[in-house]
Amino acid sequence: MSKSAGQSKIRVDAFDKATGRARYTDDLCAADALVTRLVHASVAHGLVKAIDTSAAERVPGVVKIFTCFDVPEYRFPTAGHPWSTDPGHQDVADRLLLSRHVRYYGDDVAVVVADNEVAAAQAAELVRVEYEPLPFVLDVQEAMAPGAPQLHEEYPGNLLAHTQIRMGDYAAASAEPGLIRVEGWYDTPTVQHCHIENHICAAHMEGGRITVVSSTQIPHIVRRICGQALGVPWGQVRIVKPYIGGGFGNKQDALYEPLCAWLTTRLGGRLVKIDCRREETFVNNRVRHAIRTHIVSWVRPDGSFAARKIECFSNQGAYASHGHGIAAKGMGAFPQIYPCPNVEGDAYTVFTNRPAAGAMRGYGIPQAMWAGESHIDDVARALGRDPVEYRRQIAMPRGYVDGFSKNENYFDTFRQAMDRGEAAIRYQEKRKAYENQTGPVRRGVGMALFWYNTAVWPISLESCSCRMVLNQDGSLQVQTGETEIGQGCDTAFAQMAADAVGVPFEAVHVISTQDTDITPFGTGAYASRQTYVGGFAIRQTGELLREKILTCAAQLTRQMRENLDLAGGRILRISDGRDLMGLGELATQVLYSLDHSQHITAESTYQIKNNAYSFGCTFAEVEVDIPLCQVKLLDIVNVHDCGKLINPALAEAQVHGGMSMGIGYGLSEQLLFDEKTGKPLNNNLLDYKLSTFMDHPNLRAEFVENPEPTSPFGTKALGEPPACSPAPAIRNAILHATGVALNDAPMTPHVLFARFKEEGLL
Amino acid sequence: MYDIKAFYEAQSVQDAVRLRLEHPQAQILAGGTDVLVQVREGRRAGAELISIYSLDALRGVTLDGEENIRIGSLTSFSHITRDPIIQKYINVLGQAVDMVGGPQIRNAGTIGGNTCNGVTSADSASTLLAWDAVVELTGAEGIRRLPIQDFYLSAGRVDIRPDEIQTALLIPKASYEDCFGHYIKYAMRSAMDIATTGCSVNVVLTQDRSAIRRCRMAYGVAGPVPLRCPAAEAAAEGRPLTGETVETFARAALEDIRPRDSWRASKAFREHVAVEMARRCLIESVKLAGGVMA
Repeated sequence: MSKSAGQSKIRVDAFDKATGRARYTDDLCAADALVTRLVHASVAHGLVKAIDTSAAERVPGVVKIFTCFDVPEYRFPTAGHPWSTDPGHQDVADRLLLSRHVRYYGDDVAVVVADNEVAAAQAAELVRVEYEPLPFVLDVQEAMAPGAPQLHEEYPGNLLAHTQIRMGDYAAASAEPGLIRVEGWYDTPTVQHCHIENHICAAHMEGGRITVVSSTQIPHIVRRICGQALGVPWGQVRIVKPYIGGGFGNKQDALYEPLCAWLTTRLGGRLVKIDCRREETFVNNRVRHAIRTHIVSWVRPDGSFAARKIECFSNQGAYASHGHGIAAKGMGAFPQIYPCPNVEGDAYTVFTNRPAAGAMRGYGIPQAMWAGESHIDDVARALGRDPVEYRRQIAMPRGYVDGFSKNENYFDTFRQAMDRGEAAIRYQEKRKAYENQTGPVRRGVGMALFWYNTAVWPISLESCSCRMVLNQDGSLQVQTGETEIGQGCDTAFAQMAADAVGVPFEAVHVISTQDTDITPFGTGAYASRQTYVGGFAIRQTGELLREKILTCAAQLTRQMRENLDLAGGRILRISDGRDLMGLGELATQVLYSLDHSQHITAESTYQIKNNAYSFGCTFAEVEVDIPLCQVKLLDIVNVHDCGKLINPALAEAQVHGGMSMGIGYGLSEQLLFDEKTGKPLNNNLLDYKLSTFMDHPNLRAEFVENPEPTSPFGTKALGEPPACSPAPAIRNAILHATGVALNDAPMTPHVLFARFKEEGLL
Repeated sequence: MYDIKAFYEAQSVQDAVRLRLEHPQAQILAGGTDVLVQVREGRRAGAELISIYSLDALRGVTLDGEENIRIGSLTSFSHITRDPIIQKYINVLGQAVDMVGGPQIRNAGTIGGNTCNGVTSADSASTLLAWDAVVELTGAEGIRRLPIQDFYLSAGRVDIRPDEIQTALLIPKASYEDCFGHYIKYAMRSAMDIATTGCSVNVVLTQDRSAIRRCRMAYGVAGPVPLRCPAAEAAAEGRPLTGETVETFARAALEDIRPRDSWRASKAFREHVAVEMARRCLIESVKLAGGVMA
């Protein structure tokens, strides 16, 4: 019987999603739900002195208006991390449901509840808020300066966290004679996830308990956070997560679920909905941390590193959310991807009056690769070396083991990936062809590596639970707490479950919806973890189910248990391969047995104490129109080693999406703020330049399938890695084309105009 | 849910005129791709709307008795791009409006709405201005025609009287005869965007194709309304097909345009790009007209 895993099965939700039958949060919300409109602060920093709702309350249709003076005093964290029982490792609890101390332009100060959207919008306009304005700061390094406006009393100097890397002796090593010093500052912007479905949630009460249906990646975590925010036992809250239209990490945070849950408790349990507008998604959800990075490399003439230094300044925005995890992960990659014995690293995560930064696809690695891979090209240039050939010399070797995570580089992935990328884009040939160009329009090729690791062990808990229930016809339901957010994990889980149990793919029904009342515990979609960790729980639970089935089969067929196998949904006698009975017949006989009835189910939790590297690279070819300051991306290839592919077609689609995100990160996306007021300027999809498919060449994905030894299915991370290296690859291609190093992302025409002028090209 | 106070659907042009007079506060609605966005944003919340969208008489492209091109105001962008009369005589207009938004917007959006909006960034505006289009308005007293240059009053304001609706845009035969043009939309991405600057140039060459007989140029987003470039046009007219002509012409554009600094783009950047677009548009127009640059 051929394996399901490894085949490009059609995704299990394809027909429902393509035909519009798949039901999302708003489809599930009854039409008579009360609706809401948030009142957002019109200052970047300040204290709310008073709120006058009298005019707003007179708008017909308004049910109730709640202000920041009405909400309970429970401070809660929002980050979608597994809870830690160690208070030292718990997320920072700095949020109230509505804010009296406004810390960014647009902070939530009140909420209007109405029976229709027009009334809610009209009333929100009429709510009068009086502020005591405070000075504000938007830039990360300005926020660290003495005398800067202070956001949180508990964090003097706005410093949320500072961590260090100290390896060897940087100062002594950098004094070695004959070294070349290469230094650079590299900056990345505040960007937003721009998933297609805005965050939405709806809450009601039943039997004294609160149910929230939400567009979230992390239902079990959101249940805990709602309990914390409302000061109610966690079991009083039920979160239902239906199909969602993407998340990319934005929904790996409690967004408006706690407020919505609280509202229903104040509205007699009535169904009430919070539905973010796109303008709110940009500002009032989460953004990617803008990180400014300073790198100094001391290089020997043979290209080896004597010593390296890195400083990362991570712009946290107004609230802690995922906090320092992002900068820490990014800095952590630095001494690994290009090992060097003497490294000094400092990462600072700093509060500013920008929207709160949280998790976003790549979790610090796109920023780290922007800086690190731009810098490696700068070093190669200083040495007069080809960037690919140089990376072959210095990139992490096979057999490298990280002391902390115990991650091992089992294969020579970086060099294999570079071989594939070079061939795919005909790198050497083009590198030569594009030498010595002088015209107004020039071409170049460039590349960047990326480092990534799967899941969160050993920093946090990695645990996955799975339940399998056998039906009378031999089909089965599979549940996990791990969430389908558009990436295709339901399909991958069905494929793995089919193989783990020994049934055809078509016999597996993965229950897509998570309902914390009935779904086994799982922490959800983040850290590119689900296929990896899900595999452990599915394999273990599948074994348990198989064992029960084969024990029953032994009784029914009067054959020795050890001589029986389950494959393709059939009970087979191993010794001669005879097909003894179908699984459906077995299930029916066992369930309806008048002698000893059994409903065959299995459930188990697996705690994963492994983690796996997932590496690769991007190669890009560009054409730069110097007079028009425009970059056209001609070709781009991502190469990934994510272990064995569970579903090649879905893997390719996953890579395409990440590449698109990386292209926008490199060339066009950036949330802008008015320097005078702190107001976001372009929080809509017209003025925020998400790249369109007209801006992309044909996106190409290639895979180096080295099986991951720790995974029962040989698989590892692919969700986030594709977004990590396109931007620096494009940057390095522009450097090749024009000789101009662009260190600030995104590389918009405005940036090119300024730099080309500086370099005398214009 | 949109905050719309009232919605009136016109049954004919006369009916639209009557509705205009009865509801002076009301906003005319054509394809809705701008107005409904503004209602949602709150800028036109609570608006009264008079829809003229069902008036099929205002759709289509024809040649009138004098062979002027008549474009009904409700003709969608995608119909203009695919219209054989447009393709034969003023293909650049079809190309320009094919750069508006995305396919859905181009199916719904109309050239009348694009001009009546009065915005400087409209993709049709610079080409219509550069081709001396005539705006036809119909009101209680009948039809009024005026050059499109006079139609634009100030940012977001056009010359439509309280009883009028725009019914057509006309391209006179004298304007399009032997004329070839090119449009460049400069935007921050290749679709779903509004022009940072737009430049439309057209030329008529001398009979022997050795010199420029007539040259016209207009920009969008180089001032509060789309604007023509008399200095640049004068610098090119009668000049031979040389690099020097192109350079003089392009530089002269700086005397005509008045771009401003904004967070979307700096004045210096807009000016730089405007000059480069003028160069490329002129070279391409000459090429389309069968001229060969010396």
